[in-house]
Amino acid sequence: MQEPPQLPAWPGPGLTRVPYEVYRDPALYEAEQERLFRGPAWHFLCMEAELPEPGSWRTTHVGETPVIVSRDGQGALHAFENRCAHRGALICLGEGGRGRRIQCVYHAWNYDLEGNLRGVAFEGGIDGAGGMPEGFDKARHGPRKLRVAAWCGLVFGTFSPDVAGLEDWLGPEIRARLARVLGRPVRLLGRHRQMLPNNWKLYVENVKDSYHASLLHSFFATFRLNRLSQEGGVEVDGSGGHHVSWSRMQTDRPNEDYEKGGLRAWKDDYALADPRLIRGRDEFGDGVSLQILTVFPTFVSQQVQNALAVRQVVPKGVDRTELLWTYYGFEDDDPGLAELRLLQANMVGPAGFISMEDGAVGGFVQRGAAGAAGLAGVVEMGGAGTESQRGRATETSVRGFWKAWRAVMGL
Amino acid sequence: MSGLQDAVDGLFARYAMAIDDDRLEDWLELFAEDCRYRIAARENVEAGLPVSVVYADGRAMLADRVAALRRANVYEAQRYRHVIGRALLDEGPPVSARAGYHVARIMREGDIMLFSAGEYRAAFDEALRIREMTVVYDNARIDTLLALPL
Repeated sequence: MQEPPQLPAWPGPGLTRVPYEVYRDPALYEAEQERLFRGPAWHFLCMEAELPEPGSWRTTHVGETPVIVSRDGQGALHAFENRCAHRGALICLGEGGRGRRIQCVYHAWNYDLEGNLRGVAFEGGIDGAGGMPEGFDKARHGPRKLRVAAWCGLVFGTFSPDVAGLEDWLGPEIRARLARVLGRPVRLLGRHRQMLPNNWKLYVENVKDSYHASLLHSFFATFRLNRLSQEGGVEVDGSGGHHVSWSRMQTDRPNEDYEKGGLRAWKDDYALADPRLIRGRDEFGDGVSLQILTVFPTFVSQQVQNALAVRQVVPKGVDRTELLWTYYGFEDDDPGLAELRLLQANMVGPAGFISMEDGAVGGFVQRGAAGAAGLAGVVEMGGAGTESQRGRATETSVRGFWKAWRAVMGL
Repeated sequence: MSGLQDAVDGLFARYAMAIDDDRLEDWLELFAEDCRYRIAARENVEAGLPVSVVYADGRAMLADRVAALRRANVYEAQRYRHVIGRALLDEGPPVSARAGYHVARIMREGDIMLFSAGEYRAAFDEALRIREMTVVYDNARIDTLLALPL
């Protein structure tokens, strides 16, 4: 392992300052791959619904590391690095497949669905010439394996032998909130892929930041789908790393703080020509129309009315991030609800009425942070702590992220 | 029948120029009242998965999209430059066509990239307005965000 990166003293008070180097320092980025992505944390791999049958596999990533996640002939889940034990080529190109063996195209070494090396082409040579030496033991060569566990149809993996089990990692509050939006057999609706021009942490912070939602996303606020005056809150778990922000529909009242500021978010004259898009159904029976949840470090679960999705944040370099959206409904959706989900998908994703801005703001910070060594951003809304709070004019869950990040990074 | 071919090629040209000129209100006029319009990833279309990046069930929803771009959404100033291939026609009825496209995106500060490539799949009414259109984009990933239609 390389030398620990040098981070300037983290200014206080508490967790309210974030040095801009954390988004731009290549040494820190490398250290994250080792300490966080290959370290003691659980990482989202895919939905179980994406491995529908025994013998299915899919490619995914944990940090930058390419990974294959599979369901073996007995239905058990496995994950291992997508890297051939021979020369390091990707074993599986593309999205995935189905069968008993996965074969590397380069020299045709092949693996079973647990990631065990099973076949070495020409192992015994050709006509008695060449081949692998006598003592070559296939059992001692293979991609590194991950521990795998699932909760509510979400498959997670970790390279760490030490981190607590997935259910303990998630904790009771997050488990219950995930069960709320993943309680029935899932039907996949599709995927969107987006490249963000910023460090991965800027996107995760953006998701955790409930303060920006009604200020940046004018569409949302204009139709009273989400205003800070709605009933809602932000829950942060003890580690700081996981959070849920939520709000309840139709509890909004005109709010003086918006009107006084002349904020963009206040435009009552704006009406949709076709409002079917925003007429959600209270499908979970609790009136909660928005639930945004993160599992540290890079998993997001989203309920925006009836638009349900999970998002996976994949770092692709210190200033590039891939964002994968997987949309879902349920097997028992009636035709009306199935159509409503497709209409409401307009609100989210790379072109979403209330999400397109999030694709760009991380890049604004990334660009703004150029030449800002020694300076720090301010995250002081709602105080200096990381406790759960009512209302959403707070950055408590952003501070929580940094609490968890600093703990795992040892910085 | 070269008349129909010219008409469809001309329609796609008007479609593209309206976007590239930032005349999205004129762009709306190319659609039938009861149109369906989608922008969808090839990955999903080929897998039979129904979700779209943009989906409008009727011109009113498309008009809402334009209104949101004008009044609600925030994105850095940018424009597109389309190049559209000659349409491959099915005379129907209804008349339908496929055509390949490239879209370059030019940002305010001058950065330019090949933002999207893909195909238009469209079906038309008797007045040659767009009744049904799917923009199938081949680029698996969308860079930063998609604001303007493709």
